[in-house]
Amino acid sequence: MSILTPDDLQAVWLTLKLASVSTVLLLCIATPLAWWLAHSTRWYKGLVAACVALPLVVPPTVLGFYLLLLMGPQGMVGEFTRWLGIGALPFTFAGLVIGSIVFSLPFAVQPIQNAFEAMGKRPLEVAATLRASPWDRFLSVALPLARPGFLTAIILAFAHTVGEFGVVLMLGGSIPGETEVLSVAIYTHVEAMEYSEAHWLAGGMVLFSFLVLLGLYRVGGNWAKGAR
Amino acid sequence: MSGIRAQFRLQRDSFALDAEFEAPMRGVTAIFGHSGSGKTTLLRCIAGLERAPGVLHVNDNVWQDEKTFEPVHKRALAYVFQEASLFPHLSVRANLEYGYQRITAAQRKVKPEQVIEWLGLSHLVDRRDVHSLSGGERQRVAIGRALLVSPDILLMDEPLSALDTRSKQEILPYLERLHRELDIPVLYVSHAMDEVTRLADHLVLMEKGKVIASGELHETLARLDLPIAHFDDAGTVIEAIVAQHDEKYHLTRLDFVGGELWVGKVDQPFGSDVRARVLARDVSIATQAPHGSSINNILNARIDEIRDEGPDKVLVRMQVGASQMLLSRITRRSRDHLGLKPGLFVCAQVKSVALMS
Repeated sequence: MSILTPDDLQAVWLTLKLASVSTVLLLCIATPLAWWLAHSTRWYKGLVAACVALPLVVPPTVLGFYLLLLMGPQGMVGEFTRWLGIGALPFTFAGLVIGSIVFSLPFAVQPIQNAFEAMGKRPLEVAATLRASPWDRFLSVALPLARPGFLTAIILAFAHTVGEFGVVLMLGGSIPGETEVLSVAIYTHVEAMEYSEAHWLAGGMVLFSFLVLLGLYRVGGNWAKGAR
Repeated sequence: MSGIRAQFRLQRDSFALDAEFEAPMRGVTAIFGHSGSGKTTLLRCIAGLERAPGVLHVNDNVWQDEKTFEPVHKRALAYVFQEASLFPHLSVRANLEYGYQRITAAQRKVKPEQVIEWLGLSHLVDRRDVHSLSGGERQRVAIGRALLVSPDILLMDEPLSALDTRSKQEILPYLERLHRELDIPVLYVSHAMDEVTRLADHLVLMEKGKVIASGELHETLARLDLPIAHFDDAGTVIEAIVAQHDEKYHLTRLDFVGGELWVGKVDQPFGSDVRARVLARDVSIATQAPHGSSINNILNARIDEIRDEGPDKVLVRMQVGASQMLLSRITRRSRDHLGLKPGLFVCAQVKSVALMS
């Protein structure tokens, strides 16, 4: 397999790592956020919802630009991380993860929020009258009932992170093994007129995305049948 | 102090609840009113599902007052909603045992197998998919699920109103058995007078967010100052026992304190308790025992109170025996012609009796 250079393989590995880490962290952030958005009646709920949805409409390069400024040595986040002794985040893997989380946040929050809203209050009220504490109600009723929403969130967040380009380029550049992900590697190959390498990576990415989706939808279908 | 004492105030955009009542902690207390009268809101306040300022004492426990608000899951109650609301991700058995698993062994007064047998659920209990159950079966599972938390009080919010007539007939016997055999006080919200007269011992009447009357069922139904006495299906309830079967004419004699009633053959053994309902429009009054009447049931009664009802009708309350009340709706002209007035002894002719169980 001389077609894929070691750098390319590293890019594949890095992309998968970035997508996995981002998706896991996204679920941790998106679940409480979606719960709050689904149940809160506060006046600033609309404001929060708009902020969460912002990455849907803002161009990735714009998002990447502002994240770069924020996380750079002069930015608020940058100064904080420097104070912590971590140093600046741009052009590091951690910086990419943060960028990916912001970028994919609406894709994780909205399906989960929709699922929480669709179940309504009734199942939780029933559970409450059956002695389930709030935390118990969340784990034993809300989470299982929102499973299709979680599945959609996982698929979308993962796929979206794998395919991300603008934010990564602005925030991470293209350091092999650290920040050079697949989409950037393809871009670099094309820039250097290495079309066959670009083909292998691009085609592989299409195939991989397709297989992941196919697998998850099949699992999702079976789950849905079991839940009905 | 045994009993439930509730007082709630709640202001919503288009609706105000200002309700206060006391009820005994035994038997079935029906909260009756038209839709929009606030009965469901009141029940939700009692459950703690609605957070309204107020006071709620259940037996010696304070569930709510100025300082306390016990959250729903810490109140020793169970709640049956209008729709069964089974958990779709759980099997029938897991639904039944959801609450049971969340109380301590010491709190468990009934076992799942007892409730399953009692509600006739054994052929359904292994179903994984609650959507395969009929409406009536689902509601029975919901009732079983509620009973399995061994509640101090069972709250039921129109548990039959989402069901068709056949499913209602399927569930009602279980509710009656619940009433007779289980020692759990029930608060039963309903807008259906036939359910109330069939099941309740105690009545809380609601109108426009307020409790307008509360008391023992028989007394409350016979109060002429309340709007329910003037409904088209106003009437009183008679507790009787099956005393005699007449095979020849296919009739059954029911005995109650103060008299007897002949009704169409009842398919119940001698000595069983039955509840009968006599509507005001089915009772006429004669000043002397009529001769040659086709009416089977003629009871000696004493007029208690007469109240005008519209331009042409009056409502007469009579006492039969020591305590039984009867209502009769007659024309104003008949009242004047017969010279009816309180204290007069008359014959009440009962044209029809509806058996409730």
